[in-house]
Amino acid sequence: MKALKRGMLLLTMLAIPLFLAGCDRLIVFDPKGPIARSLTDLIVYSIIFMLVIVVVIFVLFGYIVWKYRARKDDGDFEPKEEKGNHTLEIIWFAIPIVIVIALMIPTTKTIYEVEDVPQGYEEEEPLVIHVTSADWKWIFSYPDQDIETVNYVNIPADHPVQFKMTSAGTMQSFWVPELAGQKYTMANMQTKLYMVADNPGSYYGRNTNFNGRGYAHMDFEVQALERDDFNEWVQEVKDTANQLTEDEYAELLKPTIIGRKTYNQTHLQWIDHAHGGSEKYLNPELYEIHHGGEEPAADEQTENTEQEQVETEENASESSSHEGHSHH
Amino acid sequence: MSLDEFFVTGDPLILGSQIAIGLTMVGLVALITYLKRWKWLWREWFTTVDHKKIGIMYILAGVLMFFRGGVDGLLMKAQTSRPELGFLDAQHYDEIFTTHGVIMILFMAMPLLIGIMNVVVPLQIGARDVAFPKLNALSFWLFFVGAMLFNISFVIGGSPDAGWTSYFPLAGKEFTPGVGNNYYAIALQIAGIGTLATGINFVVTIIKMRAPGMSWMKMPIFTWTSFVTSILIVAAFPIFTVALAFMSLDRLFGTHFFTVAAGGDPMLWLNLFWLWGHPEVYIVVLPAFGMFSEVIATFSRKNLFGYKSMVYAVAGIAFLSMLVWVHHFYTMGNSAAVNSIFSLTTIMIAIPTGVKIFNWLFTMRKGRIEFSNAMLWSLAFIPCFTIGGVTGVMLAMAAADYQYHNTMFLVAHFHYVLIPGVVFAVFAGLYYWWPKMFGFKLNEKIGKWHFWLFVIGFNMTFMPMFFVGLDGMSRRMYTYSESTGWAPWLGFSAVGSVVMAAGFAALCYNIYWSFRYASRDVGSDPWNGRTLEWATASPAPHYNFAVVPEVDRIDDFWYKKKEGKTGIKKSDLKPVHMPSNSWTPIFLGVAFGIVGFFLVFEWFTLAVISSILIVIGLVANSFDYDDGYHIPVDELEEEEREWRGELK
Repeated sequence: MKALKRGMLLLTMLAIPLFLAGCDRLIVFDPKGPIARSLTDLIVYSIIFMLVIVVVIFVLFGYIVWKYRARKDDGDFEPKEEKGNHTLEIIWFAIPIVIVIALMIPTTKTIYEVEDVPQGYEEEEPLVIHVTSADWKWIFSYPDQDIETVNYVNIPADHPVQFKMTSAGTMQSFWVPELAGQKYTMANMQTKLYMVADNPGSYYGRNTNFNGRGYAHMDFEVQALERDDFNEWVQEVKDTANQLTEDEYAELLKPTIIGRKTYNQTHLQWIDHAHGGSEKYLNPELYEIHHGGEEPAADEQTENTEQEQVETEENASESSSHEGHSHH
Repeated sequence: MSLDEFFVTGDPLILGSQIAIGLTMVGLVALITYLKRWKWLWREWFTTVDHKKIGIMYILAGVLMFFRGGVDGLLMKAQTSRPELGFLDAQHYDEIFTTHGVIMILFMAMPLLIGIMNVVVPLQIGARDVAFPKLNALSFWLFFVGAMLFNISFVIGGSPDAGWTSYFPLAGKEFTPGVGNNYYAIALQIAGIGTLATGINFVVTIIKMRAPGMSWMKMPIFTWTSFVTSILIVAAFPIFTVALAFMSLDRLFGTHFFTVAAGGDPMLWLNLFWLWGHPEVYIVVLPAFGMFSEVIATFSRKNLFGYKSMVYAVAGIAFLSMLVWVHHFYTMGNSAAVNSIFSLTTIMIAIPTGVKIFNWLFTMRKGRIEFSNAMLWSLAFIPCFTIGGVTGVMLAMAAADYQYHNTMFLVAHFHYVLIPGVVFAVFAGLYYWWPKMFGFKLNEKIGKWHFWLFVIGFNMTFMPMFFVGLDGMSRRMYTYSESTGWAPWLGFSAVGSVVMAAGFAALCYNIYWSFRYASRDVGSDPWNGRTLEWATASPAPHYNFAVVPEVDRIDDFWYKKKEGKTGIKKSDLKPVHMPSNSWTPIFLGVAFGIVGFFLVFEWFTLAVISSILIVIGLVANSFDYDDGYHIPVDELEEEEREWRGELK
């Protein structure tokens, strides 16, 4: 019994440095844009409070349990009854109230802050990109540029972007931890999310809201480019990419896992899922399950990689690593 | 529907389970027949209306479901222990995390807590049973049938696969056309009716049946928390009933409450679900708080510090719990004002919770702390739950939640709340009240193995999840790539889950060992308790108290012991009126189960025909004029003499 306890203690002690070593590289603590930075600041602020609370309670707990433990030589004493203590009870009622206020002020400020164009960028006209989530892929439409991408989105760095988000079916959550936190995408609804990337780079994005078999594979890449590179990329897409047709779009909305794609034109010209009409693309038969059978999405995946995306200089190198975490 | 669609086929794991289930059932039936125990089972258990036996059946079912839910958890941990493992496919994994969640909350936590409430509350208030004993039996059978219906889904027809929250539109026919999510809608509905009836039963019991002199502020704290929980059940469960009814209508009859098509509103499901779901968290946590309070006071040999503020804190938490549901979807695109208000109400829950933590600490201060197993669980609860609590406050801050929502950070948080808050409490409660239920203690030494393995395994399993969550891992992912760097965290976590499982195995062994070998000579009050349940024999006699005790202060029994006034007088014995056994609750339960099964498969003709069984049960029940029976004084005297010695 004693040996077990000691072994377990040792194991726990060994685990602590492992945890701490991992900490500094955690994605949430490594923001790459002003919006994510204000979220991280709030998180760090709250963690300091929480650590103080945890330390106070742990110390008090350890002290009391140790000091007042039953001893063989305490003569089996009978502790005095105590009803309570008004002063003490008022103190530990008041302290949490102060903490609540201290947490609520920056929380509210940040809540309002992230719903708007970030400070310093008010003068610039945000680039609007429509996000449509489907099973199990992300579709990005650039209405002003009249192009559409699947499972990756290129944005200009150091420039505000506004995502107008909806879903073609199930509910998803659009999350880019290094740049902007997350929000749901819902059929017949539109949610909005601002984002700025400080510098060019590749950022990890994924769906966090479970939506069926292909959910685990529903990640995407946000690639921030220099202004000129971005414009060049748009031009290249317009020159080389295939036209998105209604048939191809209907095919796209089937429940599949696919790679990246790039198109001329957007689907917004015939449907905006934020305003209804998604049902004509839905086919429950495609969602029937066969236990122990092959994943229906698997063969689609190989089929699609051949005709995958227009290869451009910028994203050719990324396509091989799009499954992973960009920052590691 | 062909047979291979009816039974789930093609998966060796499930085939193994099917065979195991079949063999176990045959084995059980053979064993009972061989031992000639059918009559005994029927008379003593299946038809019983005794709150203590019903409580024990709840606990037994809860432990069984803990095993099932735990195996689900282990399978998930195994699948994610290494990147890109092919142990489970996506569909199988989705079904497993769905059943894990539903079973752990509704079929493990709920019955274990309601079971202990059933055993303890009437004893603590000096009553002879609950207010409606037959309804109590019906509650149990509806819960049990609901749980069994839900459990057979993985071998017959396929399990639900939309998560325990069953979010629409995914949970609608548009995206999950199989029978899996029908099981969710129907089985939870049946079990939910049972729970609602339990809530009503306990509200009435505690209001009407307290011992003479036990005014509100003289009630034991566990009874208080059970009372507040019952009120929450009555307030919150009807919302779930309605939501499930809409879900059933959508899935079985093609209505459009929550669909994408035809103007349905999936967000309505989220609101209804969490309007029930958040109070539900407190429904399971509040009685647990009550248990810790009883155990900490008993094993510190002091009364509970700040009893009144504890009561107000519980009531405050219950009230606030109805006002926070939106924090489950801050990311739905609510206005900043809405998110701010719900952040505030959510963080405010930390205030009464903090009061409770400090009151527990100060109950121990200047006490004499004995490290019995029940107390160890209560002690481990405080630091572990504190971690769950502070991370809860972090999640409550809506803007910060944009980074935590739906990630493993959230998963770690709610396991840090629910496992210390509920599971530790149930363990503490079982060790504490076990002698009152069975007349012997669980072994303390095996109990220590149970304790250390489980607590250390728990921390190993869930602590790493905070970190992978902050590193971008969302919940419910069946696989991940090597390049994410999550593998070491998740591998460590998987090892922890095995340690935790070993702890659970130690508990099972402890129950077996103690049942066979533990001393039966524990007396009526083995822990030097403070409340009325310790004033009667262990195990408690079926009439609970030969003479209804009178109470004139809180912890009355404690002081009466010191004054030497715990005895009863022969002249006070009067015949005791007791309710008779009844066959209608189990009959109705089974009838609901049959109708439910046909509804799951949408075999409406059979469902309509078999619902005649429900009508028969109800009618038979209405014409049941049995008014119970009386236990004669001689019999009371004889039973009391056995443990009290000669009566004066």
